[in-house]
Amino acid sequence: MIDEKSPISESVPTIPPQKVTTMRTTKFEETVAGYLFLAPALIIFVVFLVIPLVMAVYISFTDWNGITPLRDDDAFETIGDDNYQQLLTQEGRRQTRFFTAVKNTTYYVIGVVPTQTLIALILAVIVNQKWLKARGTFRTIAYLPSITSSVVISIVFLWLFSRGGLVNAFIELLYPSYGDKAINWTDDSTGVFHWVLKQFGVTRADVGDWASEKHYGLRTWDWISGPSVTMLMIMILNTWTTIGTLMVIFLAALQNIPSYVYEAAAIDGANIWQIFRKVTVPLLRPTTFFVITLGLIGCFQVFDQVYIIGGGDATLTVAVLVYRNAFGTGSNMGLATATAMILFVIIFIFTVLQRRFFGGERANW
Amino acid sequence: MTTIASAQTQQARSGTRRMINVAMPTIGYTILVIFALIQILPFLFTISNSFKCLPAIQSYPQSLVPVPPVDVTCEPTIIDDAGRERKTVLPADETSKELTFNPTLDGYREIFDQKLPRWLFNTAFVSLGVMFLRLLFDSLAGYSLARLKFPGNRIIFFFVLSLLMIPGIVLLLPRFILLKEIGLLNSYPALIIPFSASLFGVFLMKQFFESIPKELEEAAMVDGAGRFTIFFRLILPISTPAMTALAIFSFQGMWNEFLQVLLLVSSKSELWTLPLGLSFLRGEFGEQLRWHSFLAGSVITTLPLALIFFMFQRYFVEGVSYTGLKG
Repeated sequence: MIDEKSPISESVPTIPPQKVTTMRTTKFEETVAGYLFLAPALIIFVVFLVIPLVMAVYISFTDWNGITPLRDDDAFETIGDDNYQQLLTQEGRRQTRFFTAVKNTTYYVIGVVPTQTLIALILAVIVNQKWLKARGTFRTIAYLPSITSSVVISIVFLWLFSRGGLVNAFIELLYPSYGDKAINWTDDSTGVFHWVLKQFGVTRADVGDWASEKHYGLRTWDWISGPSVTMLMIMILNTWTTIGTLMVIFLAALQNIPSYVYEAAAIDGANIWQIFRKVTVPLLRPTTFFVITLGLIGCFQVFDQVYIIGGGDATLTVAVLVYRNAFGTGSNMGLATATAMILFVIIFIFTVLQRRFFGGERANW
Repeated sequence: MTTIASAQTQQARSGTRRMINVAMPTIGYTILVIFALIQILPFLFTISNSFKCLPAIQSYPQSLVPVPPVDVTCEPTIIDDAGRERKTVLPADETSKELTFNPTLDGYREIFDQKLPRWLFNTAFVSLGVMFLRLLFDSLAGYSLARLKFPGNRIIFFFVLSLLMIPGIVLLLPRFILLKEIGLLNSYPALIIPFSASLFGVFLMKQFFESIPKELEEAAMVDGAGRFTIFFRLILPISTPAMTALAIFSFQGMWNEFLQVLLLVSSKSELWTLPLGLSFLRGEFGEQLRWHSFLAGSVITTLPLALIFFMFQRYFVEGVSYTGLKG
């Protein structure tokens, strides 16, 4: 897993392989010990990871409602790829909801992942500067949100962003006329792009028929809505939470770049921007891709914050849809597991693409 | 001629450099201070507002400094004109001024009247349980994969690695179904057993054990010690850094876990953890959010982790760096 050529792994001590000469431990004893040591963890992984995964695949091809005990004869019937068709190709409410969730999640990922990566990188570079004092303090403050419960953060942000809350009060401080049209952050389903277009007087009626054409259950106009205002707030929240962790990861990588690299670049006459662009960024490549993968995987599965803050279709994400399909009204475990499997495939594709095209030889956890 | 020209550029360059040397720290500090404020202010506001009366929370400007009288009653009982006893809510300006406010424990009292002590116990119990089991199981498995030679070693390691690819959301429902079918739903074991070993933990411990010189074990083996003795008496005592990092991550992860807990025990309120309890309160109060008790609950949920964080900061940071570098 360690990229041998990366400058980071060079500092990891490696012990030259040696022949272990043991006289008393026989091969058999070692095998028994090996499996005994592994057994507890392995059993947990098989029972609670492998078996559920196999079950998920199977159930996604059935119409099981999730309530009738599986032992009953008439608990479920296998219905082929019906669940997948209802979600992906067959026109109807389920398809519309699924693609609404896909749309929201996509805007979420596109908004959050680059933002948090870029801000974390810039902050880490600043914190890593030689002239900086109180490095530890900044790192501590940055990391504090990462140890806080997502539910707590959601509640606190719900309060800060409430209509009469501190965020609106702060904006009003900067723009005194803001008070009349204060944004209702926590409950506004208007798409951000729609809102911007409306400021220029553009509505769906103005742009022609193409906007009303339906693709995958949603009108073109709805596809280009952008994240809703409430979703934007959740995006701000999650960026705020994650930056600290990512910054600490970047910082650790930066500290592994030996100072002579920068000195050499400075002697060659490179300015600060050139050093950042041509030295720091390339050397951080593996870390950056690790951070992006981490961000992608996390963002595609966003649930807690949306569950606490959001409601309705404007903030529906795929992970929340999985939950709703499983436990909401007219629940259907088959449909819900199918939704989860599609999400799995999406995440998997992104992980593989990332590895293949960007050469980040790092696993993702 | 050329020398003069180059000297001039040299001078110009050093001038720019000097300017940069002053400008960079100024810009850098400005950015960092703004960022630090953004990161820390929500916490400070939460703490101070958790000690306020409900109306005072919504008043502006925000007051931050608590002054006596301490522990005022936010809803005093008064006798109205008709001679009936009735509770009134103190208006904001009775308890808060421009920068100061009279602290109250009303929010804390209210949240403790909910089942908060129970939730606190559950959260601590489950987090500690998961933490200790993970320390044991993950280090055992990590040691086996790192040091013991047996057929299947490599295959099992790649199996563990490939399992890391599975996103949690996929396992969520079938894990729920599995626990439901074997009748473990809504029980403590449901919150502990499935999480008692972690792929990441096994990987972390394996990496760590591989960095320990083999000579140590060889010496012990020559002395006739068995694998179990070596592991528990020799290896574990010198594995404190990795074990601490793993302990902290496990504890923190389980303490804050929401989605899994929501699925596995939501229909039994005796088993709720702090995050789950708070989320249900949010649903119960609806639009009439009792912010002071909510914020009090938030403080109580965050405080233990914050204390651990400040005590073991080094390990948090090392652990995160570890995932980043070795990942």
